[in-house]
Amino acid sequence: MSQESSTSLRTPLGRVRGLGAAKSGTDHFWKSRVTAVANVPLTIAFVVIILMLSKRDYAGAVKLVGQPLVAILLLLFIGSATYHMRLGMQVIIEDYVHSEGKKIALLMLNTFFAIAVGLASAYAILKIGFAG
Amino acid sequence: MAEFNLPKNSRLVEGKTWPKPAGANNLREFRIYRWDPDGESNPRVDTYFVDLDDCGPMILDAIIWIKNRIDPTLTFRRSCREGICGSCAMNIDGTNTLACTKGMDEVSGAIRIYPLPHMPVVKDLVPDLTRFYAQHASIEPWLKTETPAPEKEWRQSPSDREHLDGLYECILCACCSTSCPSYWWNGDRYLGPAALLQAYRWLIDSRDEATGDRLDNLEDPFRLYRCHTIMNCSNACPKGLNPAKAIAEIKKMMVARQV
Repeated sequence: MSQESSTSLRTPLGRVRGLGAAKSGTDHFWKSRVTAVANVPLTIAFVVIILMLSKRDYAGAVKLVGQPLVAILLLLFIGSATYHMRLGMQVIIEDYVHSEGKKIALLMLNTFFAIAVGLASAYAILKIGFAG
Repeated sequence: MAEFNLPKNSRLVEGKTWPKPAGANNLREFRIYRWDPDGESNPRVDTYFVDLDDCGPMILDAIIWIKNRIDPTLTFRRSCREGICGSCAMNIDGTNTLACTKGMDEVSGAIRIYPLPHMPVVKDLVPDLTRFYAQHASIEPWLKTETPAPEKEWRQSPSDREHLDGLYECILCACCSTSCPSYWWNGDRYLGPAALLQAYRWLIDSRDEATGDRLDNLEDPFRLYRCHTIMNCSNACPKGLNPAKAIAEIKKMMVARQV
């Protein structure tokens, strides 16, 4: 609807009503808040773990990430952060990209990217956790 | 993409500097946006000098003075000259406000006046607010009830009535909506702070029976959720209202009926 020609004879109210309310949006808003709250402790934990890793050699780092509590904290951080990242980037794309084709392509890419980054990171942590 | 540059035909050029009024020694410089739909030329910024000894203290007094004494073609809307009609909303010194309630003494240096931002310009300082009014109409700003109307009026307790304070005072001048970047980029789908403040005025009215339908109508990623709490709306409002808070309250109602 955003691309409707300015020369259309549709009434102003008809244009504003457009295709009607999508009946969604609150879910996105709420999930974005939930992940934001989750990210506060998880990011602190992530930074602490990174600092601890920086003081270890490779074998020591692998051993630390392999510990269940550390691995679970990292997995939670990856899950919450990539989901939050996807939600936030979606809003930015919807705000600024107005050509319908480009917008849909970017929204898809955004989802693919978040899933790929999240899954690759989770795989690495799980591999260390289970295979050492 | 969102357009960050003005289209070529909308770029401002330096306009005419009108002669200073003869014999005046208390002058104030005005730099005013001009655009004539009948000509082919780009919008320009004209410079005027107002004789403060012969003019009232408000910005509106000054532009009326310019229209009467210097340039009768200068076009702007005005009516009540006391901040209740909302007609003379314009961008003054970088902020959307009402020319009639903004004093010249509140601005330092030359007083720059432009039409409300990011709206189609009809002429000079007159923006086309057709869509803005349609957005207000779309939230159906009237009392909706199913219960048979009482013999006298719909009753409301004083404490319920207090919920409407800070909302009913909105005069629909469009200062807030046209100051909102989200409204600039997505004004065709985002309702904007003014329409949403009005929507909340009916959502929170204890006499209204269509609260759920009203929320349904706003449950949309664009209509409501383009608000990113930038707060320009609350900064701009010449009536001192807080549209950003009203929008946040709507979002809270949306969550409340789900969680």
